[in-house]
Amino acid sequence: MTQMQDRSDLMQFLFGRLSWNSIPYHEPIIVWTFVGTAALGMAVLAWITKQRAWGTLWNDWFCSIDHKKIGVMYIVLGLIMMLRGFADAIMMRAQQAFAFGDSMGYLPPHHYDQIFTAHGVIMIFFVAMPFVTGLMNYVVPLQIGARDVAFPFLNNFSFWMTTAGALLVMLSLFIGEFAMTGWLAYPPLSGAAYSPGVGVDYYIWGLQIAGVGTLLSGVNLIVTIVKMRAPGMSLMKMPVFTWTALCTNVLIVAAFPILTAVLALLTMDRYVGTNFFTNDFGGNAMMYVNLIWIWGHPEVYILILPIFGVFSEIVSTFSGKRLFGYSSMVYATVCITILSYLVWLHHFFTMGSGASVNSFFGITTMIISIPTGAKMFNWLFTMYRGRIRFDVPMLWTMGFMLTFVGGGMTGVLLAVPPADFVLHNSLFLIAHFHHVIIGGVVFGTFAGINFWFPKVTGFSLDEFWGKVSFWFWIVGFYLAFMPLYVLGLMGVTRRMSHFTDPSLQIWFQIAAVGGVLVGLGILAFIVQLVVSIRRRHELRDESGDPWNGRTLEWSTSSPPPAYNFAFTPRVHDQDAWWDMKQRGYRRPETDFVPVHMPKNTAAGIVLAGISMICGFGLIWHIWWLAGLAFLSLVFGAILHSFNYNRDYHIPADEVTRVEQARTQQLATLQA
Amino acid sequence: MSTHAMSANAATSGAHADEFIVREDHHPENGTMLGFWLYLMSDCLIFAVLFAIYGVVGSNYAAGPSPADLFDLDIVAVNTAMLLLSSITYGFAMLEMARKRTQMTLIWLAITGVFGLCFIGIELYEFHHLIHIGAGPQRSAFLSAFFTLVGTHGLHVSFGLIWLVTLMTQVRKHGLTTENRRRLSCLSLFWHFLDVIWIGVFTFVYLMGVLR
Repeated sequence: MTQMQDRSDLMQFLFGRLSWNSIPYHEPIIVWTFVGTAALGMAVLAWITKQRAWGTLWNDWFCSIDHKKIGVMYIVLGLIMMLRGFADAIMMRAQQAFAFGDSMGYLPPHHYDQIFTAHGVIMIFFVAMPFVTGLMNYVVPLQIGARDVAFPFLNNFSFWMTTAGALLVMLSLFIGEFAMTGWLAYPPLSGAAYSPGVGVDYYIWGLQIAGVGTLLSGVNLIVTIVKMRAPGMSLMKMPVFTWTALCTNVLIVAAFPILTAVLALLTMDRYVGTNFFTNDFGGNAMMYVNLIWIWGHPEVYILILPIFGVFSEIVSTFSGKRLFGYSSMVYATVCITILSYLVWLHHFFTMGSGASVNSFFGITTMIISIPTGAKMFNWLFTMYRGRIRFDVPMLWTMGFMLTFVGGGMTGVLLAVPPADFVLHNSLFLIAHFHHVIIGGVVFGTFAGINFWFPKVTGFSLDEFWGKVSFWFWIVGFYLAFMPLYVLGLMGVTRRMSHFTDPSLQIWFQIAAVGGVLVGLGILAFIVQLVVSIRRRHELRDESGDPWNGRTLEWSTSSPPPAYNFAFTPRVHDQDAWWDMKQRGYRRPETDFVPVHMPKNTAAGIVLAGISMICGFGLIWHIWWLAGLAFLSLVFGAILHSFNYNRDYHIPADEVTRVEQARTQQLATLQA
Repeated sequence: MSTHAMSANAATSGAHADEFIVREDHHPENGTMLGFWLYLMSDCLIFAVLFAIYGVVGSNYAAGPSPADLFDLDIVAVNTAMLLLSSITYGFAMLEMARKRTQMTLIWLAITGVFGLCFIGIELYEFHHLIHIGAGPQRSAFLSAFFTLVGTHGLHVSFGLIWLVTLMTQVRKHGLTTENRRRLSCLSLFWHFLDVIWIGVFTFVYLMGVLR
């Protein structure tokens, strides 16, 4: 008996809460998901091995500190995680379409609760954020005429921390469970008393690790934009996308620490037994709700502002006109940045803070629609009497303009406190935020990908499949979410895995059809990628400027050389490249000089990997593992700081060779 | 579609190429100090949250001890003196760095480290004492907030100490190079920042706590 006890103590020490029972092998859906994922993963690994691409992948991508490659990796991360997030979405749509009356559907409540939590967490933190950060990473240094970001190593580290967070969340699918609390994990439900399992811990550590990455990349991009603009590019000559990126990163630096702190306090409650958010000993759960929304509301602007920038670039490029109202666009962006901090309470008018407080936050919320409306009019006036080209990026932009205005209007409805008391936590709210996030962030990301793809790869995306994807997405979106407005008005609340009233079922079935159409839109996008890669020689962009662009990224070759610009550009106008083209700029073809560049390093991926192990140890209470990983993290960081040899020069010969090839390419094109 | 770039090249308005490029190697300003300052401001927000939490639940004693029962201002005064002195000595180290005197810089850094260690030691003693008499972080929301706010500051000082030792090793190894001077300046910002936070802790938590 004592021996048994000793053994289990040893096991307890070695594996913490982890045991064979933590593997959900009795849940067929998860088992099959695991089989599918494993098979797909093995296929990808085998393919990489067959292509002998491991060396390239490791040296030229994983260890790369080139902002362009890191940007691409962010987008790839976002796309992969979007497949997971969408799988969650379609499972929810299917469950709600079937689970009426006697039928309980195919998902037990504890599984359904994990799915809606994971869907929210993944879509915001590991889809929308990587998309936005990826676009900023790729485009901003090129737009401001810089060779890289201010802290290239930190950039790589940030990416891998984000990925480590995403991996932890993915791991929860197969080892243990994920949180069943909803995407913001409100206590006391998320406290130790009501969520004793590992789900909330996966949530906490996944977000904390990814949060480090987000914060550092925010600091990085602010310094890049403030310090590294090409000579002549004053603040009011920056491209609008760069402006929105600046504001977004200011928001990141000013908002993410609050998330870090509030999650740390929840961690204290769960791990140490403190009483911040508990029901007893003087805890106050509403503190959590307030704080997390002080981060959470700026977060939605972190996502949408750069996307407004993407649309601004696209509208002016495809209308062949300078953006209408540049300075009002900048001021509107700055206004939104500031206002985004003054509205958080509208997420819980029902807290009971009284009529005066609710009125204040209702009014500030409505005020935000003014600068946003100004932007909408600027885009319309840019298009007015423009020579509009309806390429795929422009289609997404116009889809956005129609959709986002609708979503914005339901937002203003929700901002009226008495109306919110009726609609709070209903499907009306779900419809509203999907309306603005899909109509804004997702459409904008696809617009951006279609717009900058030729710059990144050197060939354009296939137009036919791009249009197929667009139409499936937009029709699917409306079919999937308009029924939720109706249901919300009828009083149906969110996060339900079963309904009793059969008259509601038809609406859920329509929504499920919409979900399928969105799925076809995603599929069409994948087909678009595959077809474009196959047809890459026909679709090749030799000029570097396929859309007749206006900003500096289009002055480089497609893809740009590692050093972006052989000579730093001198800027005279908002649309710097347009100005250069108008005034007969001639590319320098001789007298190249060596270019000073940072060196690749494996430190980022290694440190992020150790962080992930540390997180895993903390989640499962494997204290020795967590402690060991933490010590190696500190030690590894110190070791990295002893490396003073971090940069090198690309020799002038090499620059000359690359630039001469470019000269030849342009000459062939002209002939 | 692809001829726009060409038309620019073919244009005859003939602007001089150097109007649009910088011939010499263009070195942008170094952004490390700005970046580090931004990080500090984000850290400041974490403390802001902890202060806010303390402000809201700091008087929820849950029938347990209150600040007046627990805090010994004499110890806190000694502790505050340690941290403030360490800030001054760090300042001396920076002055020596400006005079490019490696040895003196190292000596002042070492003194700073000793003061920092004293601070941490006294704080640990205080924490140990509180937990020993049953006023641990689990006792009430007030004590949760107290331990977390003061402890987070203490953790920062501890990391500062690890960083200090690392930097001393690097200065001894490579001398006061540009890089090391930049690193010393960053740690200087960090160290003084922790001082400022402590002034807040001292005032709002200890002084006003005892007054309450």
